[in-house]
Amino acid sequence: MRHIISILIENESGALSRVAGLFSARGYNIESLTVAPTQDPTLSRMTLVTSGSDEIIEQITKQLNKLIDVVKLIDISESAHIERELMMVKVRAVDGLREEAKRLADIFRGNVIDVTPNTYVIEITGDREKLDAFLTAVGDENIIEVVRSGTTGILRGDKGLSH
Amino acid sequence: MELSGAEILVQCLKDEGVEYLFGYPGGSVLHIYDALFKQEDVKHILVRHEQGATHAADGYARATGKPGVVLVTSGPGATNAVTGIATAYMDSIPLVVITGQVPLPVIGSDAFQEADIVGITRPCVKHNFLVKDVTKLAETLKKAFYIATTGRPGPVVVDVPKNITDPNIKIPFEYPKAISMRSYNPSVKGHRGQIKKAVELLLSAKRPMIYSGGGVILGEASTQLTELTRLLGYPITNTLMGLGAYPATDKQFVGMLGMHGTYEANMAMHECDALFAVGARFDDRITGKIAEFCPHAKIIHIDVDPASISKTVRVDIPVVGEVRPVLEEMLELVRQSPTKPDTKALSSWWEQIARWRSLDCLAYDRSGKRIKPQYVVEQLWEITRGEAYITSDVGQHQMWAAQFYKFDKPRRWINSGGLGTMGFGLPAAIGVKLAFPDADVACITGEASIQMCIQELATALQYRTPIKIVNLNNRYMGMVRQWQEFSYESRYSHSYLETITDFVKLAESYGHVGMRIEKHEDVRPALEEAFRLRDRTVFLDFITDPTENVYPMIEAGKAHHEMRLAPGVNPDTELA
Ligand SMILES: Cc1cc2nc3c(=O)[nH]c(=O)nc-3n(C[C@H](O)[C@H](O)[C@H](O)COP(=O)(O)OP(=O)(O)OC[C@H]3O[C@@H](n4cnc5c(N)ncnc54)[C@H](O)[C@@H]3O)c2cc1C
Ligand SMILES: Cc1ncc(C[n+]2csc(CCOP(=O)(O)OP(=O)(O)O)c2C)c(N)n1
Ligand SMILES: [Mg+2]
Repeated sequence: MRHIISILIENESGALSRVAGLFSARGYNIESLTVAPTQDPTLSRMTLVTSGSDEIIEQITKQLNKLIDVVKLIDISESAHIERELMMVKVRAVDGLREEAKRLADIFRGNVIDVTPNTYVIEITGDREKLDAFLTAVGDENIIEVVRSGTTGILRGDKGLSH
Repeated sequence: MELSGAEILVQCLKDEGVEYLFGYPGGSVLHIYDALFKQEDVKHILVRHEQGATHAADGYARATGKPGVVLVTSGPGATNAVTGIATAYMDSIPLVVITGQVPLPVIGSDAFQEADIVGITRPCVKHNFLVKDVTKLAETLKKAFYIATTGRPGPVVVDVPKNITDPNIKIPFEYPKAISMRSYNPSVKGHRGQIKKAVELLLSAKRPMIYSGGGVILGEASTQLTELTRLLGYPITNTLMGLGAYPATDKQFVGMLGMHGTYEANMAMHECDALFAVGARFDDRITGKIAEFCPHAKIIHIDVDPASISKTVRVDIPVVGEVRPVLEEMLELVRQSPTKPDTKALSSWWEQIARWRSLDCLAYDRSGKRIKPQYVVEQLWEITRGEAYITSDVGQHQMWAAQFYKFDKPRRWINSGGLGTMGFGLPAAIGVKLAFPDADVACITGEASIQMCIQELATALQYRTPIKIVNLNNRYMGMVRQWQEFSYESRYSHSYLETITDFVKLAESYGHVGMRIEKHEDVRPALEEAFRLRDRTVFLDFITDPTENVYPMIEAGKAHHEMRLAPGVNPDTELA
């Protein structure tokens, strides 16, 4: 099963490599890992997407909690949550494709954020499935480059990770 | 008070009450060495190799329960220490290892003797720090000691760039009295509800078994464990790391369990209906085949580290907490409980155990002329009245030490279980002897292992730490040879040590006493003589039977009830 783990971690040099190192040393899967500072400059927030059996996920959360720099973590996929990923796709935009790409971007609520005579860069946000669906709709042969941010997520409702 | 970084570092060690600092100098730590020179409170022990420093500090820590402290230089000094750090990590031993580093401004430039030791040690430390600001040095050291010694203990590395210890930059100093960290709060007390459930399960068992490990020693809970075990009247086994937490000469003790555990301990594991795991981590050397591990049992597990719980074996009643307070609560609950252990069920369980015991699985051939290694350990036990501190290396000799030296007290058995580091025994013995100068300290070793840190014989002379080295010399990497005999049709690939070292001369050249013992009847007199030489380190080179194997043995992929027993020991001869 796929799990999304949100982590508050001390904003110390090396904190990221402790998390990444844990996953490689123990052979856990890692689908994506995002990290950025929070409003509190001493803390960073990570979102980590992984998969494994219940036993493995249990070990992953325990091992992460054991890292001295980890302040708090929660497996947000166990509760109601929202997940988002940002993607930028450079597509071929010549002849009929120019219209088609724009139309697809609109359907997926994407924006064209860069234009050249031959290409568009389309920006889309959504969950993983939505982004995958967009790529399928555009078709591999029309895609020049894809950049994805990796998943981030947040709990629905009143609760936050920090309190 | 205004101090330089180097002075702050030394002052912090004093404020932590550090008695001994095990170290080896080099460029990046010279400011610190200069500060050490000007004081006498922290005694520096100059080893002969940085691996020796870590093992000596580790031995000191295992014997005393206090953290072991190490100081090494950057680059090769730090990398030499890595094996010792990993050894401590695997056995959850508190160490604070201070490594010198190149000055901050040149970090990352492949400077002379630069190594990314924070990166290198990350997977084998509880935590590590790079000090980037001298004003943070004292706080960082305080955190290092706090982290190393609390919760599940472990080694902490503090990497100190040379410019941080600059004698010309002085700043106000105050050592923090206490520290609190928002990201680190190890649990102490167990969950009351879980503890109650654990007690209920224990009291309703028909075939109970207590399995305790290194956590009981680390958590200073052997008194509570012993009390609870006696109160219940249940059989108890210890892991290799847990030996001494329950007196081995007591009748409720069924010996060590696992790969080289006793027949009765492993059979009782297989047949029990309730397993009480205390401060033990279900290591693969004790579980054997996981799918057939304790097939009939409900399992209770006390551990301070949640990650140890249900890691390899799923347990039914987990209790996260320190062993001592949890066992204290359990004792109270057992005393108050109207339910008492089922004496009828218990007596037939003990009868079954007696039948397994009657097999005498550790029996060995006492008729021959060759010195049997088991006999040497038995004699050592008798001569030291079971009171000595015994360190060991890795191999067959280590297993015989564990099986035949009956440890009645915690912290007397000092060996590398998790990493299995050859070379551990001699430096560890030096650390122990420094901590307990009046106690008997012996290192049971093999002719291969002892040479991995043999240079520390010089340290033993310099600091007058008289230890007795009991070398069970079988001319083989015996443990490797045994596996090759059993699993590779006796193809002894590179396990015979073709050149035989003259250990007597070697010991003498280091300034110690050397003895070679070749006859069975000379074993006891030689040991007696060695211990009479109270103020000398004695190297006893026992020429033992090269063909002897360690039994019982659970081979890879086998379950507890599928032990390989010594030739001549037959399960059918169990008392009917
Ligand atoms: C050649 C060789 C052969 C071996 N054969 C065997 C064998 O036959 N049998 C055997 O048992 N081992 C054997 N070992 C050792 C084995 O590899 C493991 O090191 C050992 O089994 C682990 O012991 P343990 O479970 O007690 O755990 P330890 O490594 O001692 O871990 C202690 C556990 O207690 C917890 N803990 C620590 N402090 C506390 C506290 N205060 N409160 C609560 N919990 C705490 C920790 O979190 C950890 O889970 C062998 C090793 C070698 C090198
Ligand atoms: C540093 C290190 N290298 C290799 C091993 C693998 N190993 C385990 S036991 C052993 C042989 C030990 O031989 P010896 O010290 O003579 O002990 P014996 O088994 O003969 O008693 C070896 C090579 C190890 N445990 N540690
Ligand atoms: Mg040998």
